[in-house]
Amino acid sequence: MHGQCGLFFRTYAGEAQLFPGRFLKISMLLFFAALCLAPWAMNKYLVSILCLINISVIGAVSLNLLTGSCGQISLGHGAFFGVGAYSAAYLANLGLPFLLVLPGAGAITALTGMVFGLPSLRLKGIYLAIATLAAQLILEYVFLHWDAVTGGSGGMALDPPSIFGFAFDSDLKMFYLTLAVAVLCVLAVRNVMRTRLGRAFVAIRDYHLSAEIVGVDLFAYKLRAFGLSSFLAGVGGALWGSYTMYITPEQFGIGLSVSYLAMIIIGGLGSVIGGVFGAVFITILPELLNFIAQHAGAAFTDLSGALLAMKEGVFGLVLVLFLIFEPEGLANRWRLVKSYWKLYPFAH
Amino acid sequence: MAFLEIDNVTLTFRGIAALTGVSFTVDKGGIVSLIGPNGAGKTSMLNCISGRYTPDSGSIHLGGRDLLAVPAHARTSLGLSRTFQNIALFKGLSVLDNLMVGRHARMSYGLLASILYFGPARRAEDAHRRRVEDVIDFLRLSPYRHHPAGKLPYGVQKRVELGRAMAAESDLILLDEPMAGMNLEETEDMARYILDINEEWGMTVLLVEHDMGVVMDISSKVVVLDFGRVLAEGPPEAVMADPAVVAAYLGGEDAVFLGR
Repeated sequence: MHGQCGLFFRTYAGEAQLFPGRFLKISMLLFFAALCLAPWAMNKYLVSILCLINISVIGAVSLNLLTGSCGQISLGHGAFFGVGAYSAAYLANLGLPFLLVLPGAGAITALTGMVFGLPSLRLKGIYLAIATLAAQLILEYVFLHWDAVTGGSGGMALDPPSIFGFAFDSDLKMFYLTLAVAVLCVLAVRNVMRTRLGRAFVAIRDYHLSAEIVGVDLFAYKLRAFGLSSFLAGVGGALWGSYTMYITPEQFGIGLSVSYLAMIIIGGLGSVIGGVFGAVFITILPELLNFIAQHAGAAFTDLSGALLAMKEGVFGLVLVLFLIFEPEGLANRWRLVKSYWKLYPFAH
Repeated sequence: MAFLEIDNVTLTFRGIAALTGVSFTVDKGGIVSLIGPNGAGKTSMLNCISGRYTPDSGSIHLGGRDLLAVPAHARTSLGLSRTFQNIALFKGLSVLDNLMVGRHARMSYGLLASILYFGPARRAEDAHRRRVEDVIDFLRLSPYRHHPAGKLPYGVQKRVELGRAMAAESDLILLDEPMAGMNLEETEDMARYILDINEEWGMTVLLVEHDMGVVMDISSKVVVLDFGRVLAEGPPEAVMADPAVVAAYLGGEDAVFLGR
């Protein structure tokens, strides 16, 4: 009798699973069990960071679908996020239940994203980036000046979401809601990436001429990428709006777009798990630097002002170091770590 | 009507004629080679057929249907596939996924099925994977199945590209210099693959190639292009004996006077 060594598949379906192998299934189960229990041992502030991470994961994964997988650079993702938040506020104020508000906000954002994706037929790379930058600026202008719908510079207030009478009115409850939506979004993108649609996206990114030859309608699929990515961004924005309960135009500025780009570049372009890693990293890093600056400031009181000022610089420095030493992102590092332990202690 | 019928195709780029009144036919089940000196318009001709260029005038019919009336991406479902002279693989996708993309036009499940990965998507992925595995076996690509295509050796990438075109199970396959840059052994393998694609898989082949040994050995018919015009058309032996063809390749006695 020989024991089975390694992971073997007897069917194609077995190999196509999201979590092939018992080890992976059990680890994912344990991870989510721990994640669901963790907030009970945390203070309110830490739980709020977890909520922000969940929402960022949606934003980063959706941008990674468009930019990382389909190769269509977007500098307007922050504004699409805003469209989602404003649509959610508008729909909620009409009295719609949250279960309709969420997909509704996604649908409105998807339409907006597809309209601003139209230039992608003619524009590629850096030129498309500038076109989407225009989308960012136009949408910001609309947020600020379409007073009747967006409340202008005064912003809009939202009630905490409630589903079938259950109100998500605390950070803890919002954590579970945002986690559930984030998990659904990530699973949806993972599914897309292992089917015809996702392969067509990557084909367009890698060689659009041969993508056309194998039968991919370039324009239709680019629009689909914009639509799908914006839909998820809209859902993320709706959650963000419901969580902060007050939205103003400056929350969805170019800074937000750039930070989503930073997330997917640091996490790993074109990799779903990379988007998740990037979102976690970029959300936690400033909080971590805050924490260090505060504690170091308490120890060296004369330096506390300088330490807080250095925080921003350190944030930039960490990003630059990352790009130099880990250009393929955290997803690649994760792959390397896994393959190291797979063969441990023999490196062959 | 012949299987592929190219009639009086003219293609110009801002006054420079790439193809001038080109007409030839490809019969079903044949291996037809398109040869000619550099810049003769061979690849331009393939690009007209596959849809990257639109000719100024003339017509191209495949199996009786007008190809020029159909956008490039829709020609795949009419039974057309091709490879490129410079490898045009999807570098970030695995070999398996490259071949699965080759079957894109044959799959039809929708957006929702993709997102949820339920019934239709699951069944289609499984069924198409089976067909792709046949191609992988045939081209001996199984050691590279899950490798990213961009990181494979050149000869293997050429094979993967052939596989992607085969995976479409098209009636007509256009091969743009499949032997370019390959060593003798790889060239022989490739010639064998092309013969098998033609005989076992039943695909009609239109081939652009500079390796005259291969062209003479495997072609059922040869079309010679020179300066965008058809110089000769016929069985390989007859074409090779044609003085005009010899002149185009080696330079005729009066070439100096004609200023070529």
